[in-house]
Amino acid sequence: MFDTSELVINMGPQHPSTHGVLRVVLRLDGERVIDCDVVIGYLHRGIEKLCEHRDWAQIVLLTDRMDYVAAASNNLGYCETVEKLMGLEVPRRAQYIRTILAELQRVASHLLWLGTHAMDIGAMTVFMYAFRERELILDLFEEYCGARLTYNTMRIGGLPLDLPPGWDRKAREFCDILDAKVDEYEVLLTHNRIWLDRTRHVGVIDGPEAVALGLSGPPLRASGVPRDLRKVEPYAAYAEFEFDVPVGLAGDTYDRYAVRIEEFRQCTRIIRQALDGLPEGPIIGKVPRLIKPPAGETYHAIESPKGELGYFIASDGKSNTPYRFRVRPPSFCNLQALPRLIKGHLVADVVALIGSIDIVLGEVDR
Amino acid sequence: MIDTYLVPILKIAVLLNAVLVTVAYMVLLERKVIAWAQVRLGPMRVGPHGVLQPIADVVKLMLKEDITPVRVDRLVFTLAPIVSLVPALIAFAVIPFDSEVTLFGYTVSLYVADVNVALLYIVAVGSISVYGIILAGYASNSKYPLLAGLRASAQLISYEIAVTMMLVSLIATAGTLSMVGIVEAQAQAGVWFAFVQPVALVVLFIGGLAETNRAPFDLPEAEQELTGGFHTEYSGMRFALFFLAEYANMIVISTVVTTLFFGGWLRPFPNVALLAFLDLVPGWVWFVLKTFVFLYVFIWIRATLPRYRYDQLMHIGWKVLIPIAIANLVLTGAVKVLF
Repeated sequence: MFDTSELVINMGPQHPSTHGVLRVVLRLDGERVIDCDVVIGYLHRGIEKLCEHRDWAQIVLLTDRMDYVAAASNNLGYCETVEKLMGLEVPRRAQYIRTILAELQRVASHLLWLGTHAMDIGAMTVFMYAFRERELILDLFEEYCGARLTYNTMRIGGLPLDLPPGWDRKAREFCDILDAKVDEYEVLLTHNRIWLDRTRHVGVIDGPEAVALGLSGPPLRASGVPRDLRKVEPYAAYAEFEFDVPVGLAGDTYDRYAVRIEEFRQCTRIIRQALDGLPEGPIIGKVPRLIKPPAGETYHAIESPKGELGYFIASDGKSNTPYRFRVRPPSFCNLQALPRLIKGHLVADVVALIGSIDIVLGEVDR
Repeated sequence: MIDTYLVPILKIAVLLNAVLVTVAYMVLLERKVIAWAQVRLGPMRVGPHGVLQPIADVVKLMLKEDITPVRVDRLVFTLAPIVSLVPALIAFAVIPFDSEVTLFGYTVSLYVADVNVALLYIVAVGSISVYGIILAGYASNSKYPLLAGLRASAQLISYEIAVTMMLVSLIATAGTLSMVGIVEAQAQAGVWFAFVQPVALVVLFIGGLAETNRAPFDLPEAEQELTGGFHTEYSGMRFALFFLAEYANMIVISTVVTTLFFGGWLRPFPNVALLAFLDLVPGWVWFVLKTFVFLYVFIWIRATLPRYRYDQLMHIGWKVLIPIAIANLVLTGAVKVLF
């Protein structure tokens, strides 16, 4: 008697909750999502190709523009890959400072995620609180390198700058502030019934499936797979610090939230240890004036705030640009899980799920 | 002549203006309170501490281009904001702000009408304003507003039943449907009905949040999900009418809660003779104070809580609130019969 038809709705690329320029084409039955198509590419700038036409040292600056909310992590991944290719030794002090910066960056990235994720679910105050603390990190970065978003803060073989005097004290103060504030976020969210109702059992993905989809980072660990590159393939100075890898059980949106909240605490733990044991010495190793890695190729991955950030770089040993430059961006790989997660949920859950896998479109499209 | 025409018309004029000004300043209050909750300052530029912000907002909205998208249902599209706002305003007709005051040697009652079915009238009128949202969603010929319209209708049937049942319990306690009568019943009983019917108060307030589309039940306009929901396609003054309606509805709910549960114009502790000096404060001042407490709670909740999903709202409405309402009604009846 009555015909029902599916409603095709176009979410994005201009939509308040798609975290940039993601476009999701939803097919709806009422408010229930039957199927969805994820369309990407609106922020494609051809960074990988650009990198093949830039000097090795200039590429650091381009990596800033991929995951622009975690620029220092991108820098770290690239510099370590080239160092691996060239067999360069990085001084211990530089390793420690790199670790501190990467962890601060992880906190900054997670704060941005927390704020926007909570905002998507309707808790708008958390957004302002998270940005208040993120501001402190940006101040720390500004004091260190002068920039607040795209830091260009690492060099092949070490760091361009030493920590300014008094910086370590400020970083320690920040750790204390953050620990107190994380409890505050938990009061607003973790113990909030509406928050639990909105996140529990939403977008459940179990361990084997998460592995099969190629998830990494907090979404993978929330599904119970304890893979953290800082532990399994330690880089920078992570091998020297004690920290736990938080793991979820259910693999739902709440677990992805809880894992990241716990990572805040582990981050401050690592930063404190690194500040305590900060060795003296040079901040940059013996790097040839003209960087020209020998012919060969290598893949090196770090645990960026969003997951496994890998660089594949090939050098022909002749030119002073990479022969091939390829990035394995965690956001892009994690985004693959979105159609699988969304299916069968409601429109309101779609924004929660986009938030829960924490993507940055600059990194997805590159 | 004066009593039948002039006085009521004057009352209506004063009341409408008072409500609209309050609505305009509610927007400022909301922005300020939320800003304070979020460690911000809120509007600061227009006038000292932004006190002239509402005027600037109104001027801006008046001057904006009024866009009617092509292929909308023109009649319904134009009608929807009006259908939304008018019920919110006419509901004030039966709200008693004070019993009687003497003005220029002339005794006036501070309500437009004392209808014997006032409460029923408010429930009826309150339900109509949801039509505005549903019609707007339908008429916009756009997908997000359509979803918002569907949400609004789903929302309406979920909370309306529980709220109405709770009102029945309250009527059983008060023994009248007249708003003035309910306040007088509280004066006689010597206690605010909030202490007699606490469950009804909570359910009614939750229903009020849902009725006014306020957080955590602001589903039809969920910006993060539906990009503004039913008012996506509206601009300028028509958009403003929806906003006026939302805030006017908030004020209606607050005044109704004040009247039904917090003794309307009565001073606190109306039965304690020791506090008789509080009567020096005019009744309508008490009324306005109490109303603003609830308006503040509306804003406070919005600053604190995330949003429910609409299936969860229906779950709360049907499986939690309605059983509670029925139990409360049975209990009220039993107490009434036994004692």
